[in-house]
Amino acid sequence: METLIIILTGVLVSVATYLILSKSVIRVILGTAILSHAAHLLIITMGGLKTGGVPILDNGHDTFTDALPQALILTSIVISFAVTAILLVLALRTYQELGTDNLEKLRGFYDE
Amino acid sequence: MTVNFAILIPFLAAAIIPFLDKRLGRVHIGWFALLIPLGLFIYLASFIPNIAAGETIIHTLEWIPSYDIHFTAYVDGLSLILGLLITGVGALVSLYSIYYLSPEESLKHFYLYLLLFMGAMLGVVFSDNIMVLYVFWELTSISSFLLIAFWYHRKRSREGAQKSLLITISGGFAMLVGFIMLYAMTGSFSIREIISVISEHTDHPLFLPAMLLILLGAFTKSAQFPFHIWLPDAMEAPTPVSAYLHSATMVKAGIYLVARFTPVFGGEALWFWLVTGVGLFTLFWAAFHAVKQVDLKAMLAYSTVSQLGMIMAMFGIGSAALHFGYSTESVVYTQATFAALFHLVNHSTFKGALFMVIGIVDHEVGTRDVRRLGGLVSFMPITFTIAMIGSFSMAGLPPFNGFLSKEMFFTAALNISELSIYSLDTWGAVIPVVAWVASVFTFLYSMMIVFKTFFGPYQEEKLERPAHEPPKGMLIAPVMLGLTVVGLFFFPNLLGDNLLRPAMAGIFPSFPEAELGVEIYAWHGFNTELFMTFGIVVVGLLLYVTLKYWRGVYVLFPERWSFNALYSYALHQMEIRSRTATKSYMTGVLRDYLVYIYFFFILLIGGALVYTGAINFSITENAPITPYEWIIAGVMFIAAISILFAKSRLTAILLNGVLGYSIAVFFVLFRAPDLALTQVVIETVTTVLFLVSYHFLPEWEREHDRKRRKGLHLLISAAVGTIFATIALAVHNGKLFESISHFYENSYELAGGRNIVNSILGDFRALDTMLEVVVLLIAGVGVYTFIKLKLGKGDQRLEDQ
Repeated sequence: METLIIILTGVLVSVATYLILSKSVIRVILGTAILSHAAHLLIITMGGLKTGGVPILDNGHDTFTDALPQALILTSIVISFAVTAILLVLALRTYQELGTDNLEKLRGFYDE
Repeated sequence: MTVNFAILIPFLAAAIIPFLDKRLGRVHIGWFALLIPLGLFIYLASFIPNIAAGETIIHTLEWIPSYDIHFTAYVDGLSLILGLLITGVGALVSLYSIYYLSPEESLKHFYLYLLLFMGAMLGVVFSDNIMVLYVFWELTSISSFLLIAFWYHRKRSREGAQKSLLITISGGFAMLVGFIMLYAMTGSFSIREIISVISEHTDHPLFLPAMLLILLGAFTKSAQFPFHIWLPDAMEAPTPVSAYLHSATMVKAGIYLVARFTPVFGGEALWFWLVTGVGLFTLFWAAFHAVKQVDLKAMLAYSTVSQLGMIMAMFGIGSAALHFGYSTESVVYTQATFAALFHLVNHSTFKGALFMVIGIVDHEVGTRDVRRLGGLVSFMPITFTIAMIGSFSMAGLPPFNGFLSKEMFFTAALNISELSIYSLDTWGAVIPVVAWVASVFTFLYSMMIVFKTFFGPYQEEKLERPAHEPPKGMLIAPVMLGLTVVGLFFFPNLLGDNLLRPAMAGIFPSFPEAELGVEIYAWHGFNTELFMTFGIVVVGLLLYVTLKYWRGVYVLFPERWSFNALYSYALHQMEIRSRTATKSYMTGVLRDYLVYIYFFFILLIGGALVYTGAINFSITENAPITPYEWIIAGVMFIAAISILFAKSRLTAILLNGVLGYSIAVFFVLFRAPDLALTQVVIETVTTVLFLVSYHFLPEWEREHDRKRRKGLHLLISAAVGTIFATIALAVHNGKLFESISHFYENSYELAGGRNIVNSILGDFRALDTMLEVVVLLIAGVGVYTFIKLKLGKGDQRLEDQ
């Protein structure tokens, strides 16, 4: 099970990397979103996928799945959502002001 | 008062000069500056009786005791000679500059820099701690940089200052490394202690590197070949600066360093040959090139280089005495060091006078070009007399002090060539020959300075102002130096017995002081040295008369192949090359930088994986896979790959949604209800956000990349994914200890909550949650700001619509 998920995250990372290396801003943002998916999957996998109870007490279980990675992921999901939102708005504004979403054309200023 | 405070006085005076300048009103600020070196000269002169009696004075102020760095002032003969030169010539130069610089100049800066330099120079010669010596050494470089570029609106001044700074600072750094090596060998920063223990460390592997690096520092500072190129360019400085820094003091710092470290490194063949060889070659090379100069200051600059080479060579020759240790035969070789010290003083006197004379000529007629000058003797008789004294002393003619030191130089050169150590039996004969030839050229340019300037036709139409004697105040300093030149010829032993002999004791600590030093006689009989001087005069005069016939020989040394050109070329090329190199990888394209980052990730992390052999697969401890999981994993796999081939952005965004919801399903399967909930909600909102943004963004186009680029990206992505998965697998299979999560299962007892995940978020690790809320808040404010606030590109403020 763990091996399968880890291989899946590897594929997600590859896809994300390829998208991040693209010219268009949209693809890059999409790449970052996929990268955070991969990270979340990895965190929960590293916590161990052994079957146990849902981490809620008084459910008739003696053992629970690891609660700590879940808390970490929850934090991470929210943060990556915030970052994605900012990136999207930034891309939008960039496109409105500069008229391009091509990263090769966004080259900054020449300071000479 | 101790010497430590004497060193600090110029710095204090420099600090108050800018404030004083406004208060003094019409009084020239130079009068205040003059008091400092004058007072210090008198103070230092009061040490002469003690020093002559063989005492040394030492006083320590603690600076950084934990690192063994103390501000230790050590007065012995050698440092006192330099100290007296610095303050004495400093006082004369201050006096001279009062008349030389017009009140319109920025005088407070001039005297501030000058006093800064004076204090730094005193610090160099009196410091016993090499780290403190280095601090003062760099301070001399910096203050001389400021002085050279005093007229900073001139391009050539700035260039000269830059060049001298680059060269002397490079040497200074080398010297610092050498000092640190010395410390590593001997465990002491004190020069006296290093000298006392160095004999146990001569086989240390750092001994030779330390010697070479310290010599590099000394050679760059003292303008030895091939680092002499900064000195002629430093002539853009005001003439008092040239007289002070570039004849009497700063260029002697390297000489001082060689003298000071002779007891450490002397007696080694490499030291002997480097110091002697470089010195001799510098002597010849600069004397030869001085003749072709047309600017009098440039001529003096080359002559300074040449004379410094001569002093350096004599210190090298003298170091041979340390090879034998003390014996009655070896004492004779110490005479070279004595001659070097004597010439050190002589050179400061006559070169200072000559610079001041040239300054007067420049000041009065407006040019220093030898081709426009001539016939000034009847207009400026006093100036001419001093120029004659200085030049004849430089040429080594009686009755001036240069004659004595030149004769002693020849004696030393003749003595050393008969030695049989250091393969001198084969090469020794070269030394007196080079010395003699160089002296012929010295004679030649000395004569040119006097006769081309003061004799020949007077060409008033080429001068900016008609010639006449300068104001009397301007003449005081050069006259006093001229008197010293003559005085030292008639009473050389006064200097020799009181200062030079104690200085010798410092350089040759193992020799009894009574046997060191030489009685100097103006007349020493008809010997080889005297005939060599006759030869110089005869051949020199012959060359002078026939100058226009053989001048063409200088065409053989075109400017294009000089070290100056090499320096400029190297500097220029370094700029161009580094610019090209930077431009080649700093493309400004984000993708390129990402490629670098991924490349290093692959190289470092992948390399570390392979190198440490951490790759480790095992599926034995895995949980079993249910059919649901197979299906969802398959869906995610297909969705992920399909995104790469999606033709429209809508497909891509929906596929991303598929990935997000599949992960939510995984969270359900992995028994994480809170995660599943959050993931579903967030994925929905994210998808909506994507769709909204995409409404305003253009349709995504096919990427038009070249095949090679695409291949590279594919390769990188595959490698990054593989390494990522490999690390995860390796880590997963190499668990080190149990999870700490069982602690959180007490959440009801500890926090009163049954939902463990929520207890962690809200209670055990609530700080994370709080800051995560802040992140969300900032993102919200950011989004709002981006959309609402639209400042136009110009001043125009565009209102939101």
